[in-house]
Amino acid sequence: MAKESVLAVSKDVQSKFTDAVLGTAEHAGDHILIVHRDYVHDVLKFLKEEHHFIYLADIVAADRFTEDDRFEVIYNLMSLRDQHRIFVKTRVPEDNPVVPTATDIWKGANWNEREAYDMFGITFQGHPDPRRIFMPEDFKYHPLRKEFPLIGVPGSLELPNTNPDAE
Amino acid sequence: MSMDNTLGGDGFLTTKLDALVNWGRSNALWPMPMGLACCAIEMMAFAGPKYDAARFGSEVMRFSPRQSDVMIVAGWCTYKMSHAIRRVWDQMPDPKWCIAMGACASTGGMHRCYGVVQGVDNFLPVDVYISGCPPRPESLLNALMQIQEKIRNEHTLKLDA
Ligand code: SF4
Repeated sequence: MAKESVLAVSKDVQSKFTDAVLGTAEHAGDHILIVHRDYVHDVLKFLKEEHHFIYLADIVAADRFTEDDRFEVIYNLMSLRDQHRIFVKTRVPEDNPVVPTATDIWKGANWNEREAYDMFGITFQGHPDPRRIFMPEDFKYHPLRKEFPLIGVPGSLELPNTNPDAE
Repeated sequence: MSMDNTLGGDGFLTTKLDALVNWGRSNALWPMPMGLACCAIEMMAFAGPKYDAARFGSEVMRFSPRQSDVMIVAGWCTYKMSHAIRRVWDQMPDPKWCIAMGACASTGGMHRCYGVVQGVDNFLPVDVYISGCPPRPESLLNALMQIQEKIRNEHTLKLDA
């Protein structure tokens, strides 16, 4: 069971954004809000400004490998003042995996969003520096997608030249 | 014992130049620590006082490739890192040797995935592989001694044809 204080926050969000919240869930004592992609930026901003979730602990993405709404972006927010945590989830389809950026709300979202882009190919609209973060920039795939082979695509990553004297 | 006694009172000794050079090289193998992951911790133990690589002339870990003779690749190596490692290796002066320490450096180990090179021998000429995850410092000492053995058995001097 999530903390009472978080449930109150969740209620407040649901009453403010009636169309935005598609559902809620509980897992391992945490409260999860499932939010429509079009409203996720507003909800996040509201949570930070009105409910003091000033600490963005993490942004992760997941590949659910489903027909519709294949990818999921999960924001892990903490309020240090009220000592509670809330998760915000939003789902995007495979053919248009675009989510508005959260970098204008929390600066720290920058690298998390770059990671989600690198690993899953989810685009964050309005991101100031939308490059890959782990893989080389000319890499063509998104390795954490389920269809990507575990051992990689042979030849897609370059090894160094082992004969430096050769022309 | 004074020098006079060792040298039989005459102040000189005779030997093969090959043997003399190999003796010097094999007892002053300065490692280039390429510590990439968990194995690097065991590599530090190898250099520390308990296992004491100084007994074999290898106490000076050199962080400049230009001053080192043997590269110890300790840990798993990503494709991105491989370019940097090869660059460091190319900057080491000849003659040079390479130790692949641990399962990961030798074969990719448990990191059988897209980002990790499946064995550093894909881009480095490895002389000694060490098994284990991580290998104990004794294994690294053993690898060092095998390299010494290799050096002592090679002909360093060649006549120009
Ligand atoms: S062999 Fe084991 S200890 Fe060494 S780098 Fe790989 S996982 Fe780490």
